[in-house]
Amino acid sequence: MATEHISNQTIEEAQQEIIDEFAFLTDWMDKYEMIIQMGKELPAIDEKYKVPENLIKGCQSQVWLHADFKEGKLIFTADSDALITKGLVALVVSVLSGHTPKEIIASDLHFVDDIGLKSHLSPTRSNGLLSMLKQIKHYAIAFNTLQH
Amino acid sequence: MSTILSSSEIKELRRDFPILNQKVYGHPLVYLDNAATTQKPSQVLEVLDNYYKGFNANVHRGVHHLSQVATDAYEEARKTVADYIDAGEDHEVIFTRGTTEGINLVASCFGKAFLKPGDSVVITAMEHHSNIVPWQMICEEKGATLKVIPFDENGVLQLDKLDSLLDDSVRILAFTYVSNSLATVNPVKEIIAAAHNKNIPVLLDAAQAVQHMAVSVRELDVDFMVFSGHKIYGPTGIGILYGKREWLDKLPPYQGGGDMIKTVTLEKTIYNELPFKFEAGTPDIAGAIGLAAALKYVNSIGLGRIHDTEAALMDYAMEQLQKVDQLRMIGQAKNRSGAISFLLGSAHPFDTGELLDKQGIAVRTGHHCCQPVMDIFGIPGTVRASFAFYNTAGEIDALVAGLQRAARILL
Ligand SMILES: Cc1ncc(COP(=O)(O)O)c(C=O)c1O
Repeated sequence: MATEHISNQTIEEAQQEIIDEFAFLTDWMDKYEMIIQMGKELPAIDEKYKVPENLIKGCQSQVWLHADFKEGKLIFTADSDALITKGLVALVVSVLSGHTPKEIIASDLHFVDDIGLKSHLSPTRSNGLLSMLKQIKHYAIAFNTLQH
Repeated sequence: MSTILSSSEIKELRRDFPILNQKVYGHPLVYLDNAATTQKPSQVLEVLDNYYKGFNANVHRGVHHLSQVATDAYEEARKTVADYIDAGEDHEVIFTRGTTEGINLVASCFGKAFLKPGDSVVITAMEHHSNIVPWQMICEEKGATLKVIPFDENGVLQLDKLDSLLDDSVRILAFTYVSNSLATVNPVKEIIAAAHNKNIPVLLDAAQAVQHMAVSVRELDVDFMVFSGHKIYGPTGIGILYGKREWLDKLPPYQGGGDMIKTVTLEKTIYNELPFKFEAGTPDIAGAIGLAAALKYVNSIGLGRIHDTEAALMDYAMEQLQKVDQLRMIGQAKNRSGAISFLLGSAHPFDTGELLDKQGIAVRTGHHCCQPVMDIFGIPGTVRASFAFYNTAGEIDALVAGLQRAARILL
């Protein structure tokens, strides 16, 4: 099982790495294979957090997101009942997890656009993705205020 | 002569649908979402274009030439529809926005006139939301109950329950000819006869039937029937409500406005006669004329040939889909039409649908506006491939190959 995402990369570096990886893939099916592969490597969420309160609203498939706060950093774990969704969730988690609330609040997530995904996702999926990003920022804002 | 269109005939007919000739993500488009909406042939598009370029005017209102031409075309369209469904008279055909509006009209007007507390309305467990929600709304308003005919694990209605469900409290039975999620073709004539035996009128949702098989309202002896133009090669925004005159005359109007009145004083309005009583305001004139063009197009090919061609394609698809490991059909009624609903192993239907999309294959995924059906099967939704006469065996092969590729990634 993969370990938690405590990275020493910046959010920007993590995004750039994903953009570079996708740049090699020209066929959409290959890109999706990669996304699904990322989903399989997503650190598993503790089953006890797969509760209705942790469901992201606005997703057609079910997405659970849980936030832990450790040593000043936000650690996200997540899961979904759909593999492509889980892969997208994994991409976002791999970029944002392990960073401070301040870094997350200040981050500008452009990789979804840059790898050409945004315009190719079905509207329900991109809405779901937006809801998830919103939820992550909510957590960051909440923990940021708690800290002060 | 074969009753099945040959592959060269299909190829020729596909030229009528320029939209089909395009690439999606670098792959030739394979359009298998015909139950959601069919594509429109050039013959329909030209009629729409000619209407707006040549004789656009409001109907039933002007003394001028163009208004007369438009009115004639609009009323001629009504006649074409009446002929298509074998209605006894043209005035039993009401233009609506679609199936949904037709059902809402009947539920609302019938409910106003005939439903009281303690009454009930019967539907089936395989209805589209549009044949559930309007009845729930009027039942709630009138203190009536909604009762449901269940179906079995194959997606076949349990008609042994019909007799006890159709008790003295039932005022109307509303059900679908062909299920849009399971593709089951219901034994309509038998069900209508059973209801009529108890003097219960019937509304038939023919949204997934009229494009696939000949439907005669007189032979079925159905009281109300609804369908949508856009699912039968016509424009969006136009639909049909057929009602027997004796019933339509008994219902109050649906909406108030122009065209539906005979005389208006500020004290009292005298309503117009059929069909205008139910067509308040300026109707979708272009849509009506376009729908008539679509029905003529269908007739020019022959509904019998369309039916046989699609049935043969369904058989081929069913046989070829066996090649896909872990494919599970949802809905296994013997008599099915127009669509195949399935799941790929444990894969989420959205995943399967999205991977098909990226290979140029358009299918529908989700609950198909039939959440109760999905709940009964305990699944979040299905993948649905739905067919038109213009689909080819080659497109079925592409679907099978696409599913095999998706299965390698997802399972
Ligand atoms: C069986 C059935 N009933 C009703 C409808 C609703 O039709 P519309 O959205 O055109 O009003 C549909 C369309 O999906 C259908 O398949």
